[in-house]
Amino acid sequence: MISGRCAACKYLRRRCPSHCIFSPYFPPNDPQRFACVHRIYGASNVGKMLQKLPPHLRAQTADTLYTEAKCRIQDPVYGCVGIISHLHQQIHIAESQLAKTQAEIAVLNSIAREAQVQEIEADSNFFNNLLPEEITAAGLRSYGYGPPSTQTFRFN
Amino acid sequence: MGGSSPCASCKLLRRRCAKDCIFAPYFPPDDPHKFAIVHKVFGASNVSKMLQELPIHQRADAVSSLVYEANARVRDPVYGCVGAISYLQNQVSQLQMQLAVAQAEFLCIQMQQEPNLPAQIDQDEKSFLLSSNFNNNIPQYLGFASSSTVNQDPLKRESLWT
Repeated sequence: MISGRCAACKYLRRRCPSHCIFSPYFPPNDPQRFACVHRIYGASNVGKMLQKLPPHLRAQTADTLYTEAKCRIQDPVYGCVGIISHLHQQIHIAESQLAKTQAEIAVLNSIAREAQVQEIEADSNFFNNLLPEEITAAGLRSYGYGPPSTQTFRFN
Repeated sequence: MGGSSPCASCKLLRRRCAKDCIFAPYFPPDDPHKFAIVHKVFGASNVSKMLQELPIHQRADAVSSLVYEANARVRDPVYGCVGAISYLQNQVSQLQMQLAVAQAEFLCIQMQQEPNLPAQIDQDEKSFLLSSNFNNNIPQYLGFASSSTVNQDPLKRESLWT
Protein backbone atom coordinates (compact mmCIF):
# COMPACT_ATOMS: atom_id res chain seq x y z
CA MET A 1 0.00 0.00 0.00
CA ILE A 2 1.49 3.33 -1.04
CA SER A 3 -0.12 5.16 1.89
CA GLY A 4 1.52 2.68 4.33
CA ARG A 5 5.12 3.24 3.25
CA CYS A 6 7.80 3.46 5.91
CA ALA A 7 10.06 6.50 6.11
CA ALA A 8 12.85 4.63 4.32
CA CYS A 9 10.76 3.63 1.32
CA LYS A 10 9.24 7.11 1.14
CA TYR A 11 12.73 8.60 1.13
CA LEU A 12 13.95 6.09 -1.46
CA ARG A 13 10.76 6.55 -3.48
CA ARG A 14 9.93 2.94 -3.79
CA ARG A 15 7.16 0.57 -2.86
CA CYS A 16 7.26 -0.62 0.71
CA PRO A 17 7.07 -4.42 0.66
CA SER A 18 5.24 -6.31 3.36
CA HIS A 19 8.51 -7.58 4.88
CA CYS A 20 10.44 -4.35 4.49
CA ILE A 21 13.52 -4.56 6.72
CA PHE A 22 13.26 -0.87 7.58
CA SER A 23 9.58 -0.39 8.30
CA PRO A 24 9.47 -1.54 11.97
CA TYR A 25 12.29 0.87 12.85
CA PHE A 26 11.73 3.84 10.58
CA PRO A 27 8.07 4.80 10.88
CA PRO A 28 6.62 7.31 8.40
CA ASN A 29 5.98 9.90 11.11
CA ASP A 30 9.73 10.42 11.67
CA PRO A 31 11.33 11.00 8.27
CA GLN A 32 14.35 12.72 9.76
CA ARG A 33 15.42 9.53 11.54
CA PHE A 34 15.97 7.62 8.30
CA ALA A 35 17.38 10.67 6.53
CA CYS A 36 20.14 10.94 9.18
CA VAL A 37 21.01 7.28 9.04
CA HIS A 38 20.97 7.20 5.25
CA ARG A 39 23.21 10.24 5.02
CA ILE A 40 25.96 8.64 7.12
CA TYR A 41 25.66 4.93 6.44
CA GLY A 42 23.58 4.59 3.30
CA ALA A 43 20.38 2.59 3.02
CA SER A 44 22.13 -0.47 1.67
CA ASN A 45 24.61 -0.71 4.56
CA VAL A 46 21.86 -0.15 7.12
CA GLY A 47 19.74 -2.83 5.50
CA LYS A 48 22.66 -5.29 5.52
CA MET A 49 23.46 -4.55 9.16
CA LEU A 50 19.86 -5.12 10.20
CA GLN A 51 19.55 -8.29 8.13
CA LYS A 52 22.56 -9.85 9.82
CA LEU A 53 21.01 -9.49 13.25
CA PRO A 54 18.22 -11.47 14.87
CA PRO A 55 14.91 -9.54 14.88
CA HIS A 56 14.87 -8.93 18.64
CA LEU A 57 18.10 -6.89 18.37
CA ARG A 58 17.21 -4.78 15.37
CA ALA A 59 15.27 -2.06 17.18
CA GLN A 60 18.19 -1.29 19.47
CA THR A 61 20.56 -1.37 16.53
CA ALA A 62 18.44 1.11 14.59
CA ASP A 63 18.41 3.38 17.65
CA THR A 64 22.17 3.31 18.08
CA LEU A 65 22.78 3.83 14.37
CA TYR A 66 20.52 6.87 14.53
CA THR A 67 22.34 8.20 17.62
CA GLU A 68 25.74 7.81 15.99
CA ALA A 69 24.55 9.32 12.74
CA LYS A 70 23.19 12.36 14.61
CA CYS A 71 26.50 12.75 16.45
CA ARG A 72 28.38 12.58 13.18
CA ILE A 73 26.13 15.18 11.56
CA GLN A 74 26.56 17.50 14.56
CA ASP A 75 30.30 16.94 14.67
CA PRO A 76 31.54 15.89 11.23
CA VAL A 77 35.16 15.53 12.39
CA TYR A 78 34.84 13.51 15.59
CA GLY A 79 31.24 12.27 15.79
CA CYS A 80 30.67 9.99 18.79
CA VAL A 81 34.38 9.73 19.38
CA GLY A 82 34.41 13.34 20.57
CA ILE A 83 31.95 12.41 23.29
CA ILE A 84 33.99 9.37 24.29
CA SER A 85 37.11 11.51 24.51
CA HIS A 86 35.31 14.06 26.68
CA LEU A 87 34.04 11.33 29.02
CA HIS A 88 37.56 9.91 29.39
CA GLN A 89 38.70 13.38 30.44
CA GLN A 90 35.90 13.66 32.98
CA ILE A 91 36.85 10.29 34.43
CA HIS A 92 40.47 11.33 34.72
CA ILE A 93 39.52 14.57 36.49
CA ALA A 94 37.14 12.81 38.87
CA GLU A 95 39.74 10.13 39.71
CA SER A 96 42.36 12.80 40.44
CA GLN A 97 39.98 14.73 42.68
CA LEU A 98 38.98 11.56 44.49
CA ALA A 99 42.61 10.59 45.09
CA LYS A 100 43.35 14.10 46.37
CA THR A 101 40.38 14.08 48.75
CA GLN A 102 41.27 10.63 50.04
CA ALA A 103 44.84 11.80 50.68
CA GLU A 104 43.50 14.80 52.60
CA ILE A 105 41.34 12.48 54.70
CA ALA A 106 44.38 10.33 55.43
CA VAL A 107 46.32 13.42 56.56
CA LEU A 108 43.51 14.52 58.88
CA ASN A 109 43.22 11.02 60.31
CA SER A 110 46.94 10.84 60.97
CA ILE A 111 46.86 14.23 62.70
CA ALA A 112 44.00 12.98 64.88
CA ARG A 113 45.89 9.78 65.75
CA GLU A 114 49.03 11.78 66.58
CA ALA A 115 47.04 14.02 68.89
CA GLN A 116 45.57 10.96 70.65
CA VAL A 117 49.01 9.42 71.10
CA GLN A 118 50.36 12.65 72.58
CA GLU A 119 47.44 12.84 74.99
CA ILE A 120 48.03 9.28 76.18
CA GLU A 121 51.75 9.93 76.61
CA ALA A 122 51.04 13.06 78.59
CA ASP A 123 48.75 11.11 80.96
CA SER A 124 51.39 8.42 81.29
CA ASN A 125 54.11 10.96 82.11
CA PHE A 126 51.90 12.53 84.72
CA PHE A 127 51.44 9.30 86.60
CA ASN A 128 55.10 8.36 86.25
CA ASN A 129 56.12 11.68 87.82
CA LEU A 130 53.94 11.37 90.90
CA LEU A 131 55.82 11.15 94.24
CA PRO A 132 55.22 7.96 96.18
CA GLU A 133 53.31 9.82 98.85
CA GLU A 134 51.02 11.27 96.23
CA ILE A 135 50.01 7.85 95.06
CA THR A 136 47.47 7.46 97.83
CA ALA A 137 43.77 7.73 97.63
CA ALA A 138 43.88 11.19 99.14
CA GLY A 139 46.77 12.22 96.93
CA LEU A 140 45.01 11.05 93.76
CA ARG A 141 41.84 12.77 94.85
CA SER A 142 43.74 16.01 95.18
CA TYR A 143 44.64 15.70 91.51
CA GLY A 144 41.13 14.96 90.61
CA TYR A 145 41.33 11.16 90.55
CA GLY A 146 38.56 9.82 92.70
CA PRO A 147 36.30 6.84 92.60
CA PRO A 148 34.38 6.70 89.31
CA SER A 149 31.31 8.24 90.86
CA THR A 150 33.16 11.45 91.74
CA GLN A 151 34.85 13.94 89.47
CA THR A 152 36.44 13.38 86.09
CA PHE A 153 40.15 14.14 85.87
CA ARG A 154 41.18 16.93 83.57
CA PHE A 155 44.86 17.21 82.95
CA ASN A 156 46.11 20.67 82.15
CA MET B 1 55.74 9.30 -10.85
CA GLY B 2 54.75 6.17 -12.73
CA GLY B 3 54.51 2.93 -10.86
CA SER B 4 53.40 4.30 -7.49
CA SER B 5 51.16 1.94 -5.63
CA PRO B 6 47.41 2.67 -5.52
CA CYS B 7 46.00 3.55 -2.12
CA ALA B 8 44.18 0.94 -0.09
CA SER B 9 40.80 2.33 -1.18
CA CYS B 10 41.50 2.16 -4.88
CA LYS B 11 42.97 -1.31 -4.46
CA LEU B 12 39.82 -2.52 -2.75
CA LEU B 13 37.56 -0.71 -5.21
CA ARG B 14 39.70 -1.94 -8.09
CA ARG B 15 40.09 1.36 -9.80
CA ARG B 16 42.86 3.67 -10.87
CA CYS B 17 44.24 5.73 -8.05
CA ALA B 18 44.15 9.32 -9.30
CA LYS B 19 46.78 11.84 -8.30
CA ASP B 20 44.22 13.80 -6.30
CA CYS B 21 42.49 10.71 -4.87
CA ILE B 22 40.68 11.89 -1.76
CA PHE B 23 41.42 8.67 0.10
CA ALA B 24 45.12 8.30 -0.72
CA PRO B 25 46.57 10.50 2.07
CA TYR B 26 44.59 8.62 4.74
CA PHE B 27 44.44 5.04 3.53
CA PRO B 28 47.96 3.96 2.60
CA PRO B 29 48.38 0.68 0.69
CA ASP B 30 50.20 -1.00 3.59
CA ASP B 31 47.06 -0.97 5.77
CA PRO B 32 44.22 -2.44 3.72
CA HIS B 33 42.17 -3.33 6.78
CA LYS B 34 41.69 0.31 7.71
CA PHE B 35 39.77 1.17 4.56
CA ALA B 36 38.05 -2.20 4.42
CA ILE B 37 36.38 -1.68 7.78
CA VAL B 38 35.34 1.89 7.04
CA HIS B 39 33.95 0.84 3.68
CA LYS B 40 32.05 -2.02 5.31
CA VAL B 41 30.27 0.23 7.79
CA PHE B 42 29.94 3.58 6.03
CA GLY B 43 30.56 2.84 2.37
CA ALA B 44 33.26 4.42 0.21
CA SER B 45 30.88 6.89 -1.36
CA ASN B 46 29.67 8.22 2.00
CA VAL B 47 33.21 8.48 3.34
CA SER B 48 34.26 10.39 0.24
CA LYS B 49 31.36 12.84 0.64
CA MET B 50 32.15 13.34 4.33
CA LEU B 51 35.81 14.06 3.60
CA GLN B 52 35.01 16.42 0.76
CA GLU B 53 32.80 18.47 3.06
CA LEU B 54 35.69 19.03 5.47
CA PRO B 55 38.69 21.34 5.19
CA ILE B 56 41.88 19.42 4.45
CA HIS B 57 43.44 19.97 7.87
CA GLN B 58 40.52 18.18 9.57
CA ARG B 59 40.33 15.15 7.33
CA ALA B 60 42.98 13.06 9.08
CA ASP B 61 41.12 13.33 12.39
CA ALA B 62 37.83 12.61 10.67
CA VAL B 63 39.27 9.44 9.15
CA SER B 64 40.65 8.35 12.51
CA SER B 65 37.29 8.80 14.18
CA LEU B 66 35.49 7.00 11.36
CA VAL B 67 37.90 4.08 11.69
CA TYR B 68 37.31 4.03 15.44
CA GLU B 69 33.54 4.04 15.02
CA ALA B 70 33.66 1.41 12.31
CA ASN B 71 35.78 -0.86 14.51
CA ALA B 72 33.35 -0.34 17.37
CA ARG B 73 30.39 -1.20 15.18
CA VAL B 74 32.04 -4.35 13.84
CA ARG B 75 32.94 -5.49 17.36
CA ASP B 76 29.47 -4.70 18.67
CA PRO B 77 26.96 -4.68 15.81
CA VAL B 78 24.08 -3.69 18.09
CA TYR B 79 25.50 -0.87 20.20
CA GLY B 80 28.68 0.25 18.45
CA CYS B 81 30.20 3.35 20.05
CA VAL B 82 27.01 4.04 21.97
CA GLY B 83 27.82 1.09 24.21
CA ALA B 84 31.11 2.69 25.18
CA ILE B 85 29.41 6.04 25.85
CA SER B 86 26.87 4.37 28.10
CA TYR B 87 29.58 2.55 30.04
CA LEU B 88 31.72 5.66 30.47
CA GLN B 89 28.77 7.75 31.63
CA ASN B 90 28.07 5.17 34.33
CA GLN B 91 31.71 5.34 35.38
CA VAL B 92 31.55 9.12 35.63
CA SER B 93 28.40 8.92 37.78
CA GLN B 94 29.96 6.38 40.13
CA LEU B 95 33.13 8.40 40.53
CA GLN B 96 31.15 11.53 41.27
CA MET B 97 29.20 9.70 43.97
CA GLN B 98 32.43 8.41 45.51
CA LEU B 99 33.85 11.93 45.37
CA ALA B 100 30.78 13.38 47.11
CA VAL B 101 31.05 10.78 49.87
CA ALA B 102 34.76 11.47 50.31
CA GLN B 103 34.21 15.21 50.44
CA ALA B 104 31.48 14.80 53.07
CA GLU B 105 33.78 12.58 55.12
CA PHE B 106 36.54 15.16 54.87
CA LEU B 107 34.21 17.90 56.10
CA CYS B 108 33.06 15.78 59.04
CA ILE B 109 36.60 14.99 60.14
CA GLN B 110 37.60 18.60 59.77
CA MET B 111 34.67 19.75 61.87
CA GLN B 112 35.50 17.21 64.58
CA GLN B 113 39.12 18.32 64.74
CA GLU B 114 38.44 22.02 64.82
CA PRO B 115 35.69 22.54 67.36
CA ASN B 116 36.34 26.27 67.35
CA LEU B 117 34.78 26.50 63.95
CA PRO B 118 31.17 27.75 63.96
CA ALA B 119 28.84 24.99 65.06
CA GLN B 120 27.10 24.85 61.74
CA ILE B 121 28.61 25.48 58.38
CA ASP B 122 26.31 27.54 56.27
CA GLN B 123 24.12 25.25 54.16
CA ASP B 124 24.95 27.14 51.01
CA GLU B 125 28.64 26.81 51.70
CA LYS B 126 28.28 23.14 52.40
CA SER B 127 26.43 22.62 49.15
CA PHE B 128 29.03 24.64 47.32
CA LEU B 129 31.88 22.64 48.85
CA LEU B 130 30.22 19.41 47.87
CA SER B 131 29.37 20.41 44.35
CA SER B 132 32.18 22.70 43.36
CA ASN B 133 34.70 20.02 42.62
CA PHE B 134 32.77 18.07 40.08
CA ASN B 135 30.57 18.79 37.23
CA ASN B 136 26.97 17.85 37.87
CA ASN B 137 26.03 18.74 34.37
CA ILE B 138 26.80 15.65 32.32
CA PRO B 139 25.19 16.38 28.99
CA GLN B 140 22.59 13.80 28.11
CA TYR B 141 24.29 12.22 25.12
CA LEU B 142 21.89 9.37 24.83
CA GLY B 143 18.20 9.68 24.27
CA PHE B 144 17.46 6.33 25.82
CA ALA B 145 18.37 4.54 29.02
CA SER B 146 21.48 2.46 28.92
CA SER B 147 20.82 -1.21 28.85
CA SER B 148 22.34 -3.66 31.27
CA THR B 149 23.13 -5.91 28.35
CA VAL B 150 25.46 -3.40 26.75
CA ASN B 151 28.84 -4.84 25.87
CA GLN B 152 31.16 -2.75 27.94
CA ASP B 153 34.35 -4.55 27.29
CA PRO B 154 36.62 -3.36 24.52
CA LEU B 155 36.36 0.40 24.41
CA LYS B 156 36.93 1.26 28.04
CA ARG B 157 40.44 2.58 27.88
CA GLU B 158 41.33 1.96 24.30
CA SER B 159 43.56 4.50 22.64
CA LEU B 160 41.31 6.65 20.49
CA TRP B 161 43.61 7.13 17.58
CA THR B 162 45.36 4.37 15.68
